[in-house]
Amino acid sequence: MPEVVVISGKGGTGKTSLTGAFAHLAQDLIICDLDVDAPDLHILLSPAKRSTHDFYSGNEALIDGSRCKMCGTCLEMCRYNAVRTGHDQYLVDPMRCEGCRVCVDFCPEQAIAFPARHCGQWFVSSTRFGTMVHARLFPGAENSGRLVTLLRNRAREASKEEDSSLILSDGAPGIGCPVISSLSGTDLAAIVTEPTLSGLHDLKRVADLCTHFRVKVAVIINKCNLNPEQASGIQDYCRDKGFYLAGSIPHDPEVTMSMVDKKVITETADSRIAKTVRNTWENILSIL
Amino acid sequence: MIISVASGKGGTGKTTVSASLAAVWKRPVTGVDLDVEEPNLHIFLKPDIVHEEKVYLEVPRVDESRCTLCGKCSDLCQFKAINVMGSAILTFPEMCHGCGGCLAVCPEDAVSWGTRQLGTMSRGKSGPIDFLMGSLRVGEAMSPPLMRQVKDRLKCDLARTGSDAIIDAPPGVSCPAVNAVMDSDFILLVTEPTPFGFHDFQLALEAFAPLNIPAGALINRSGIGDDSVQRFCQEQGIPVLAWIPFDTDIASAYSRGKVIADLSLEFRQKFSQLAASIIEQIGENEACPK
Repeated sequence: MPEVVVISGKGGTGKTSLTGAFAHLAQDLIICDLDVDAPDLHILLSPAKRSTHDFYSGNEALIDGSRCKMCGTCLEMCRYNAVRTGHDQYLVDPMRCEGCRVCVDFCPEQAIAFPARHCGQWFVSSTRFGTMVHARLFPGAENSGRLVTLLRNRAREASKEEDSSLILSDGAPGIGCPVISSLSGTDLAAIVTEPTLSGLHDLKRVADLCTHFRVKVAVIINKCNLNPEQASGIQDYCRDKGFYLAGSIPHDPEVTMSMVDKKVITETADSRIAKTVRNTWENILSIL
Repeated sequence: MIISVASGKGGTGKTTVSASLAAVWKRPVTGVDLDVEEPNLHIFLKPDIVHEEKVYLEVPRVDESRCTLCGKCSDLCQFKAINVMGSAILTFPEMCHGCGGCLAVCPEDAVSWGTRQLGTMSRGKSGPIDFLMGSLRVGEAMSPPLMRQVKDRLKCDLARTGSDAIIDAPPGVSCPAVNAVMDSDFILLVTEPTPFGFHDFQLALEAFAPLNIPAGALINRSGIGDDSVQRFCQEQGIPVLAWIPFDTDIASAYSRGKVIADLSLEFRQKFSQLAASIIEQIGENEACPK
């Protein structure tokens, strides 16, 4: 089954609102929220959890104060400045610890434990549009890339079980670890941009990333009427690069209003914007 | 003092606010872009870049003639970046977090430092504002090591010049965002009055709470959506330091890379007032230590 991931480079261009609408328009699909860092798709889809699972990733160092002789080995060897010298003991700052195990191995007193790190939870849920696989990384936790990979594998299993015809994912902003993890093995990256200098700048970087990983790109210009000149600049860029322009969607306050109602834009009205979103989705399907 | 401008949700206006705050800041100030995955502050501050350098992470390089394949390095490595496979030792530099464990543990001194490029660091000047930016290499997965090096540079610069810093932080609430704000004196959380904005604002508060850094909110695009963010701030006693109305003139100026504080006297005063409120908040916090 084909896999489509909606990404943007720049945050706040409308990825999640559009993914929600696409989930409504698509038939028998598995929905996946890969923006595990700050997931929002559940706000539109109100998933009912069928199962909840803990997500552990890596470990963290924990100094046993009763055994620590404060020799300073860990302090000296930690490359992340994670060892703090407290009043009369050493402590590891969990926000800085990368879980590399160097301090654990080199502590002459064997005073450092190395428990697994509980980083979040993931869920398989039912929504009015189909099965949804999603997660919640605990705030401040790390290794969202690993969680993204886990969710994608789970979505593929669900897709096999249900014999679904599509996996649609809402991706993370940026070009780093969670985005890279969401691209491997994806058939199409739908990049949502906006007609601003920042939008174009960030589109270029994330499109380069897709090209680097040989993932096919389709571009959607959201809020296209914000600056028509910039919008046509983005069109020129797509033409030059050979990226398919799947649609240009105008800014419409109705999108926010439907978000407040916990609905996707294609559900709330048969308005012009809903029609444009529908056309955009059909264009995406046509190149899969 | 260091002020971080952060948000859970992307696209709420961090960069707009950072640029405008830097433009009205009364003391000498450095504008720092730590949103290294998608840095945009330069689009608004338009600095003259005077120096650009490549930034590297130290990763292991193995001298195979000395390696006895004892496997101590691969036993220690938590990131699968160095591995004994049959009669060969393999390194996977893109997996490496640069902890230095393999180097320290090798009994044969067979491991030395090689490098992996993380990205670039640029410095420049935008009028009176000093400018510092990290930019992640496209294809590089890890942003925190680059951010750490930019922050190290910032620390040196601030110690030398005594200036303040305004950090444009990355979106989200996981390791890169926490890394960006962790050494600041104040966190300004930019949000918008929509369900997504509100949800991610709460996540950001939760993520930053263990840092014990005073924080305040700025509600951008006020007038759209609903009033749940504002009510939440009132209930939780989180100071809302400014409101910026939703305005197509602002959106259009933003799209062209304009600094909002430069648009009109009214906006300039609004951001000057915001700067004053931030300094007041930091002062109050110092007056009553925890």
